[in-house]
Amino acid sequence: MATLAPPAPAVDDRLTRIWETPRGIGGMLSTVDHKTIGKRYLVTSFVFLVLGGVEAAVMRAQLIHSNLRLVSPEVYNQLYSMHGVTMMFLYASPVLSGFSNYLWPLLIGSRDMAVPRLNALSYWIFLASGIFLYSSFLVGQAPNDGWFAYAPFSLRPYDPGLNMDYYALGLVFLAVSTTVGAINFIVTFFKLRAPGMSVNRVPIIMWGTLTASVAIIFSLSSLTVACIYLFFERRFGMHFYDPAAGGQPLLWQHLFWILAHPWVYVVVLPAMGIVSDVIPTFARRPLVGYTFVALATVATGILGFGVWVHHMFATGLSEMSLSFFGAASMVIAIPSAVAVFAWIATIWTGRPVFTTAFLFMAGFIILFVIGGVSGVVTAAVPFDWQVTDTYFVVGHIHYVLIGINVFPVVGGLYYWLPKMTGRMLSERLGKWNFWVMFVGFNLGFFPMHISGLLGMPRRIYTYPSGLGWDTANLITSIGAYLFAVGVLLFVINFFWSLRRGRVAGPDPWRGPSLEWSTSSPPPPYNFAVIPTVRSAYPMWERPEQREEAGKEPSQLDRGPVLDQGRETVGTSSLDGEPLAVLQMPSDSYWPFLLAFSLLVLFFGLLAPVWALVVIGGVGLLVCVIGWLWPTREERELAMREEAAA
Amino acid sequence: MTTAAIATELPRDGRGRHALGWWGMVFLVVNEATFFAYLLFSYFYVASAARGTWPPSGSPELKIALPNTIILLISSGTMVWAERGITRGDQERLRIGLLITFLLGALFIVLQGIEYGNKMFTPQSDVYGSLFFTITGFHGAHVVAGLLMNLFVQVRAWAGHFTARRHLAVSNVALYWHFVDVVWLFVFASLYIAPRLA
Repeated sequence: MATLAPPAPAVDDRLTRIWETPRGIGGMLSTVDHKTIGKRYLVTSFVFLVLGGVEAAVMRAQLIHSNLRLVSPEVYNQLYSMHGVTMMFLYASPVLSGFSNYLWPLLIGSRDMAVPRLNALSYWIFLASGIFLYSSFLVGQAPNDGWFAYAPFSLRPYDPGLNMDYYALGLVFLAVSTTVGAINFIVTFFKLRAPGMSVNRVPIIMWGTLTASVAIIFSLSSLTVACIYLFFERRFGMHFYDPAAGGQPLLWQHLFWILAHPWVYVVVLPAMGIVSDVIPTFARRPLVGYTFVALATVATGILGFGVWVHHMFATGLSEMSLSFFGAASMVIAIPSAVAVFAWIATIWTGRPVFTTAFLFMAGFIILFVIGGVSGVVTAAVPFDWQVTDTYFVVGHIHYVLIGINVFPVVGGLYYWLPKMTGRMLSERLGKWNFWVMFVGFNLGFFPMHISGLLGMPRRIYTYPSGLGWDTANLITSIGAYLFAVGVLLFVINFFWSLRRGRVAGPDPWRGPSLEWSTSSPPPPYNFAVIPTVRSAYPMWERPEQREEAGKEPSQLDRGPVLDQGRETVGTSSLDGEPLAVLQMPSDSYWPFLLAFSLLVLFFGLLAPVWALVVIGGVGLLVCVIGWLWPTREERELAMREEAAA
Repeated sequence: MTTAAIATELPRDGRGRHALGWWGMVFLVVNEATFFAYLLFSYFYVASAARGTWPPSGSPELKIALPNTIILLISSGTMVWAERGITRGDQERLRIGLLITFLLGALFIVLQGIEYGNKMFTPQSDVYGSLFFTITGFHGAHVVAGLLMNLFVQVRAWAGHFTARRHLAVSNVALYWHFVDVVWLFVFASLYIAPRLA
């Protein structure tokens, strides 16, 4: 029965039986446990990070000196295109989904995400679309028109292979995963927070991921539409981008950047949330200006929709539109600055503990400021004309994306891996890890600004000597390899910790939020009792103080157990008032089978083999029906309830 | 509410606005709505930059499209009627309402097919043809998806799965169906009416 008392071992056993996924291949393919899915997201996206890194390493070898011919121009085109696609779509966003999937239910005192089977589906489709995109290398026809695939180069007459078909179909395929994941995050945010956890008490990473998810819902279709047009034009001879038949090449750029600019915020806002949540732990004080940081996060997401044209300043648009979008792009610096000052103030007024995780966050602030400044200057139209399509922009994008994504991600892993694995990473190796990455990064990417200002265009496979670019490129390549060594140190540290790492215990950092109140790694059911939350930092509350102040304390070890089945508490959207005890779905093979059917369908479209399309389509239909058809238990429950009523 | 009451007094399942599945459908609909918004954005973008007359072949005829629009609107009404039925526990009304809705939706698709057959241009002829067939085609695909969903809940309705308290699947399908109808109004206004106003 549901009880209030602190849980007994018997209750733990019962909850484990209810929530545990059986071992073996069946459990692997059917699990809907958000922790497993989160870890899979993290590992898979890290594999893509390494693949994208290898592509970069080959390019940097080619550019280390003038007139080198390690790879052909065609291969080089494929390398930079797949490097961009991989890092933007297969690493940067999925890795943050990994954090959010793993952490959210633990942060909000819930037992799972809102739609666990969709959660599993979103992972399987992510994996399948990654395999789909990378299979292009097997036939030597990887996407080759850059990650933003401008028309008309991407059209059939100029690019006749399968290359851009892979791109168009792969991104539509991946979009299904991203959309489904975003819906899951939004519903979870508004329905599953623990009783008492009003929206002003959630960790900032949740604001980041929520904003990113809303941005995805409103903008991702734009890329989907663009890719569908591209595929239809290439495959069926339609005319969307072809000026000869009234089409508009610029339509591609608009549709692409309407998604791809908000995408920048999709891949940085949750990471900035990680920073906002980790810094307070090591500054030993609450975040300064919680409300302002949360609002700045949302404001950045909203403003992010009004600036896509700043990627198109050099396309000959009207001056009016250039001025408007230039100004809008500068405005976006304001919420970013709010967050930066909040972080600095938190460290300044706190008592910082210089752990590896903290170093990564502090390093991030520096890189964010540099990347932000090089962004603000390119918002000025005349300057942008000067540096468009040069290495200056390449330097900027890497400061933004590596600085704001990779550094918080690695720092976040130093912080939360002990929760996931139960083992601490080595701090000594960690310090080396940070400094090698930090020095390597700046050595590698800062000179790109210089080579850009010296006129070096991006996406050239080699360059003649005597243009003054050799030194900057040599330093860039050395820095890039040093950075790669830094990432390797992290991988070594991770595997070392699994075998030799100190046992972490539930709360190794004395952290403020709910995930530290359960064991490391957490049990399948996350929390033995559903907690009640009364502040933004429940683990830091001093009950005596709160009682003196006349405030209720949070309750973490007492509360409803809910051991009659897979259950968790559903609460109201803003205040977190309990509304219902929700029945959560159990493990299922359908998500895996559905993703597999889609993979068959997409390969069928690519080839094209229409039989495969039909097989995939029928499989899809069968999976959806099987998924949604109620089980006997569900029907019996309905009947019992009907009889009772 | 005290923590003791959470386990004992709260309803054991989310219904209506509390149901997670319903919220999932709401955001799916929002996502699909943005999909159509970008399709129509492309249409207006290309139209605004077009040289010469737009549409090149003159405004599309309303002879089929207007009655078809009315058919789709009526089908939303019959869907409401069906869903209201099951909220009162009226199984027959649910079944008949779903059936009529299905037939109206299918009629829409058939008439759309006839209109396609009458067109003097193809998706390959020019940018207008590509946009016209892609936008209306994706709408048609959404109608077909709605019909399949309808079929799914209809089978369940005939098997007696739904009760006055539990009929989330019906509500979700109804929500999706209304979306498909409303989005058609936007498509109709953009592709069929707007060119006449210019």
